[in-house]
Amino acid sequence: MKHVRLLIIGGGPAGLAAAVSAYDKGERDILILERENKLGGILNQCIHNGFGLHTFKEELTGPEYAQRFIDQVVERKIPYLLNTTVINVNNDKTVSALNEDGLLEIKADAIILSCGCRERPRGAINTAGSRPAGVYSAGTAQKLVNIDGLLPGKEVVILGSGDIGLIMARRMTFEGAKVKAVVEIMPYSSGLNRNIVQCLNDFNIPLYFSHSVVEIKGDKRVESVVIAEVDERLNPKMETAFEIKCDTLLLSVGLLPENELARGANVDISRVTRGAIVDDRLMTSVDGIFECGNVLHVHDLVDFVSQEAKEAGEKAVEYINSSAKKEYEKIIVETDGKVRYVVPEIILKNDNYNPLTFKLRVGNVYKNIKLEVSADDEVIYSKSKQVVAPGEMETISLRTKEVEKMRIAKSIKVYLRSEE
Amino acid sequence: MTFDVLIIGSGIIGTSIARELSKYQANIIVLDKENDVSCGTTKANSGIVHAGFDAKPGSKKAYFNVRGARMFKELQKELDFPYEENGAFVLSFSADGHDTLLELLDRAQKNGVDGCSIISGDEVRKLEPNVSKDVVEALYAKTSGIVSPYEMAIAMAENAGANGCKFEFNKDVISLTKKESLFEVKTKDGSTYSAKVVVNASGVHSDEINNLISNNKYEIKGRKGEYVLLDKEFSYISNTTLFQLPTKMGKGILVTPTCHHNILVGPTALDTDDKDNTWTTFDGLFEAFTKGLLSVPSLPRGGIITQFSGIRAHESHDDFTIEFSKDVKGLYNLIGIESPGLASSPAIASHAAKEIADYLKLSPNPNFNPIRKGIKHISHMTSEELKDAIKDNPLYGHVICRCEVVSEAEIRDAIRRYPGAKDLDGVKRRVRAGMGRCQMGFCTPRIMEILAEELNLSLDEITKKGEGSKIVVGGIKE
Repeated sequence: MKHVRLLIIGGGPAGLAAAVSAYDKGERDILILERENKLGGILNQCIHNGFGLHTFKEELTGPEYAQRFIDQVVERKIPYLLNTTVINVNNDKTVSALNEDGLLEIKADAIILSCGCRERPRGAINTAGSRPAGVYSAGTAQKLVNIDGLLPGKEVVILGSGDIGLIMARRMTFEGAKVKAVVEIMPYSSGLNRNIVQCLNDFNIPLYFSHSVVEIKGDKRVESVVIAEVDERLNPKMETAFEIKCDTLLLSVGLLPENELARGANVDISRVTRGAIVDDRLMTSVDGIFECGNVLHVHDLVDFVSQEAKEAGEKAVEYINSSAKKEYEKIIVETDGKVRYVVPEIILKNDNYNPLTFKLRVGNVYKNIKLEVSADDEVIYSKSKQVVAPGEMETISLRTKEVEKMRIAKSIKVYLRSEE
Repeated sequence: MTFDVLIIGSGIIGTSIARELSKYQANIIVLDKENDVSCGTTKANSGIVHAGFDAKPGSKKAYFNVRGARMFKELQKELDFPYEENGAFVLSFSADGHDTLLELLDRAQKNGVDGCSIISGDEVRKLEPNVSKDVVEALYAKTSGIVSPYEMAIAMAENAGANGCKFEFNKDVISLTKKESLFEVKTKDGSTYSAKVVVNASGVHSDEINNLISNNKYEIKGRKGEYVLLDKEFSYISNTTLFQLPTKMGKGILVTPTCHHNILVGPTALDTDDKDNTWTTFDGLFEAFTKGLLSVPSLPRGGIITQFSGIRAHESHDDFTIEFSKDVKGLYNLIGIESPGLASSPAIASHAAKEIADYLKLSPNPNFNPIRKGIKHISHMTSEELKDAIKDNPLYGHVICRCEVVSEAEIRDAIRRYPGAKDLDGVKRRVRAGMGRCQMGFCTPRIMEILAEELNLSLDEITKKGEGSKIVVGGIKE
């Protein structure tokens, strides 16, 4: 069995940034495993621009953004294996992976899971009707168009206003397809506002809020979809139903962290994020297994993925280098009903007072609120926001002084306060 | 060329009869109107090998069910398809159900089904802790089983093919006539076939095929059953098949594991005029899931990965027809083969094949090989087997479908077999690529490439399920 000190599973934006930061922190025995035939992950098919505004202060395309990190990995001569699929991770940090050379069995001192997320399929939204060709997730369509040069259809309806769906509305329009509607079951979009403006409004593509696709028609290939308004409980009001002729239905109905490997290693998974429950080192419930990027929770911008992964890389190296494994008392971060989740969910009682970042998403659109953190009963952070929405991830950066208060607190809360 | 036997339909009945007949020296051809075997009712049913306690004693359903169910273990050994004897409960939710359970137990005894008993709700929950507290007692049938019906039909077809049987697809039979002692069979695409015996195994359309030539008319009513399927993550929900006490409309909603560790919930029962309409309905899916909750209150709605529906071939006499037509010599009819048709299929096939062989005075095929090896799945291999497989063929190390862990070698094997996969759904049914939680999100473009390469097609010719179902409409602008 091969031994490596740091094994990184997934060579997308999270894995690349984690590898670079671990190297820069002094670790030299790193291996990245990537199942595709090149590094970069899903960024390779995101050929639109808008990436890197935070990290590089310029607008890059997905492949350009990935290349910046790939270059850093190559400069540092960090080893990686392509076309290599991990099939099993155990909680003793042994890993099995497959490629055309055979079965790889690896024992690692620490593992960073950076395997990203996948799209929710049609089945998850329980849409009735036929099961024809022409129903694809937006990401599948994106791969067909951008990588394979194939056009999935000519008359398109998009269900869900997630970012990939919005981006594909524009992309399909560029390629001569007619995007007839984007349909969103919620009264608000789950995508970035800038994408609604740039991808729909600029092309006069109608966006129906509080509507859903209730039936797909066509035996062999999609012929039309039936759309209806939904009530507050998201049940369709059939009397409002109308039909749109189309040959393609793209689904952009949410992303799910891909945690099958983590589950196999008995990592505790959050019911809300569907990613691992991690402490402020980004370590999961299994000693020495870390998570970062979209496998941990779905980010809105890749820049934040890179930041989180950088942190995971550093913490993993600290973990590998610490001779004695210390057990710390844990404080679970509480949220109110409005804050849907916060990462990390666990704060350790130790004397590391370095700055710390909370990432969170809210469950609804809230206006004129304050985003606050309290340690015991003291408010240690408060920031006014005109609006927060589920489509945008919020970050809270806490300084040394606030972190110190948190580490000695009995209870920590992250919540929204209405501004009177 | 004149065939000894022409079989119309390649569902579980058509393929099983083809395989049984290939034990004899005969020219056999199977025609199907779809692009592949097993595209009708066989691909969309509960996949239950019923023990045989449900059918009315003395009926053909009871006779063939009990005998058929007993043949599965041996067939699995020969043909290597997924089958498991997992046992079943018929759950009763009130004391009123006691008499019906006793009646089922009595039927079981009359039909000759072993291993049935009535047990208390607590005993049920001891075995299956997720079963509802409202269950007061249940019939326990230890010999009930689960099978992957389409994989079983594929195995039958491959073994029949290996023993000389021919398969042709996209052959929709539109005319059936008899000239002297030979049948003339015409299909929509203009082909004509000549055969001594025609086997009508056309499922929901078996009435139409019979009525093309016979004066002894039949009428099949389609009865739609809708299902939802849960992710493997929830396989812990039950290892045993959970029926609810039967009603007039069928066996009620079941919650069952599949051979591939998903949880299947359904079917509903709705009479339909359009026998090809397998569209799911909003109400049907809701009903299936809601009734499933009665058996297992913790069924997670968020665990659903897909939905489907199938059409039962219900015939008004409410029993199987398995016999030579009374007025058309040489036409062998299999009509009204609804549940427990799958469980009965091995017994039906051996009975039918024997009658046909006697009629044609066929001699045994000395070269018949009963063994069919399934596709080697890397997800089933031990570390040592994996190492050997990859050394032998490196493509076993190239994972294409990550949800179900399916390699490129398996997909190529599925396409190269006879009758092989020709489209995405054909690949999916044979190797499970695309059956998992992402439902082909990631592997669609890769499987398209492999299909294109193997079948010498361009990417824009690849279909989901045959003609009219192309995945893409062409290339993007240059």
